[in-house]
Amino acid sequence: MAVNTPAIETYLVNTPVREKPFPFAKLALITVAMLFMALFLLLPLIVVFSEALSAGLGEYLSALADPGVLSAIWMTVAIAAVAVPANVLFGIIASWCIARFKFTGREFLITLIDLPFSISPVVAGLLQVLLFGTTGLFGPWLSDHNIQIIFALPGMILATTFVTFPFVARELIPLAQEQGNDEEEAAVTLGASGLQIFWRVSLPKLRWGLLYGVLLCNARAMGEFGAVSVVSGKVFGYTDTLSLAVESLYDSYEIQAAFATASLLAMLALVTLVLKAALEWAHRDELHALKRKKAAT
Amino acid sequence: MSATIGRRQFAWRQPSILPGFAPSLTITLVWLGVIVVGPLAVMLWFTAGLGWHGFFSILSRPRVLGDLWVSVWTAFAASAVNAVFGLLVAWVLTRYEFPGRRFADALVDLPFALPTAVAGIALSTLYAPNGWIGSLLAPLGIKIAFTPAGIVVAMMFISLPFIVRTVQPIIEDLEYEQEEAAHLMGATGAEIFRRIIFPAILPALLTGFALAFARALGEYGSIIFIAGNKPMVSEILPLLIMAQLDQFDYQGATAIGTLMLFVSFVLLLAINLLQAWVRRRHGG
Repeated sequence: MAVNTPAIETYLVNTPVREKPFPFAKLALITVAMLFMALFLLLPLIVVFSEALSAGLGEYLSALADPGVLSAIWMTVAIAAVAVPANVLFGIIASWCIARFKFTGREFLITLIDLPFSISPVVAGLLQVLLFGTTGLFGPWLSDHNIQIIFALPGMILATTFVTFPFVARELIPLAQEQGNDEEEAAVTLGASGLQIFWRVSLPKLRWGLLYGVLLCNARAMGEFGAVSVVSGKVFGYTDTLSLAVESLYDSYEIQAAFATASLLAMLALVTLVLKAALEWAHRDELHALKRKKAAT
Repeated sequence: MSATIGRRQFAWRQPSILPGFAPSLTITLVWLGVIVVGPLAVMLWFTAGLGWHGFFSILSRPRVLGDLWVSVWTAFAASAVNAVFGLLVAWVLTRYEFPGRRFADALVDLPFALPTAVAGIALSTLYAPNGWIGSLLAPLGIKIAFTPAGIVVAMMFISLPFIVRTVQPIIEDLEYEQEEAAHLMGATGAEIFRRIIFPAILPALLTGFALAFARALGEYGSIIFIAGNKPMVSEILPLLIMAQLDQFDYQGATAIGTLMLFVSFVLLLAINLLQAWVRRRHGG
């Protein structure tokens, strides 16, 4: 099909839109858009590092070496270390069932999985309090058995898992749907078992999407504030995560230390963005190849 | 293929030769029930325990109504401003080539990646009367931090990517031939925008607006630092839930939480309808 396309049409279709009829308008639009982004996105990022380093590098490093901050780093990593793998496992299983099979109620399941996205993080925390708090559903039983969930690590993990629940699943489901089942079905006819199909056919196909989901899920899990704020005891150096430590320090007017702690989270965000852009770049080639393959057949 | 051969009449699922349907569906349902649906049901059950009278007497407290109004108008203002600038940013990033475009494109996702507490203290420091931006506005008598305007600024920051990322793919798919034809027929830039481009991207823009609005309404982290947290003036519902919890008023917190859940549902429904509109329009 593409072979017969006249040269001029190919030129028109393939030439990116660069030359606009109104060069002045173009310049003005670019300027306004970039000024807006500089003011609203770049400046907040710059102010974090500028405030963090306002008292010099020595002060910056000593703020980070504070035992309270070190404990917050540990709490943050501990929460993400449980919440992210849990959501990865769920995302893989849910995408297998929702993307590989066609059944009634599929769309509704996707809506339910997406639900935590549209619920306020504070409500997510409130849910844990209603379940496990002293006056909550399981409160009396938990206090009889001396188990503490609220104002402790388990509650913070549960709240974070709720908030980050859709992240991996919603990347994997559309990708798996897009890729289709042909390879998996071929593997079945060749006698592969379910696990063999998953490890050797599906997982390699979904690898980019999975990495992408893990990246975003981890960024949110490590940075979550509202939900853990409700269920944390908020004791600096004990149940504070990095986000909560930022608040504790800021509220006690240790501004430079608060920004030093915040700079760690900002660096995490920057690393996430760079990796995300890199993945999108790699993924884009793959998508292009897929599209071309489709067009050729 | 195989579905057409042996299809049973009232089958709720199409037959497949792939293994693992029953276990994966069971695990999905159980997990979903334990983490998401169960806890939400418990909140609704606690709310039901308040009775209609108790529920509405909490929701009709002046502070709840006042904060609801503040939540709605600030989220609306932030989404409206973002609809204009988000569209502009999406347009510029998709249609034009200029130095730094790739960097700017990656930067759009910053609010997704930057923890809200970090955004909160950064914005609050910038817009405080002695901050970089606040000190420029102070002589003009404009106060942003610790006023409702501060809430709008924080909501704008966190919800910008929703609009840009929803509109961007639609702009990419626009058929440039239409604009070219209109231009050849003598249409001005403004006319082309108003009569060709805008109608094509309107459904996506509204979807982005609704997503941004929903996100702004539930936001807590970035707002607690920059809002004045003054009841009914610069306090929004998530802050109020937190305040109720701090006073151990669990009934109040639960009732407000249910109200917010209800609003989320309505917005989710609106977003789904809008997305169906986008799909119909663009056949994707």
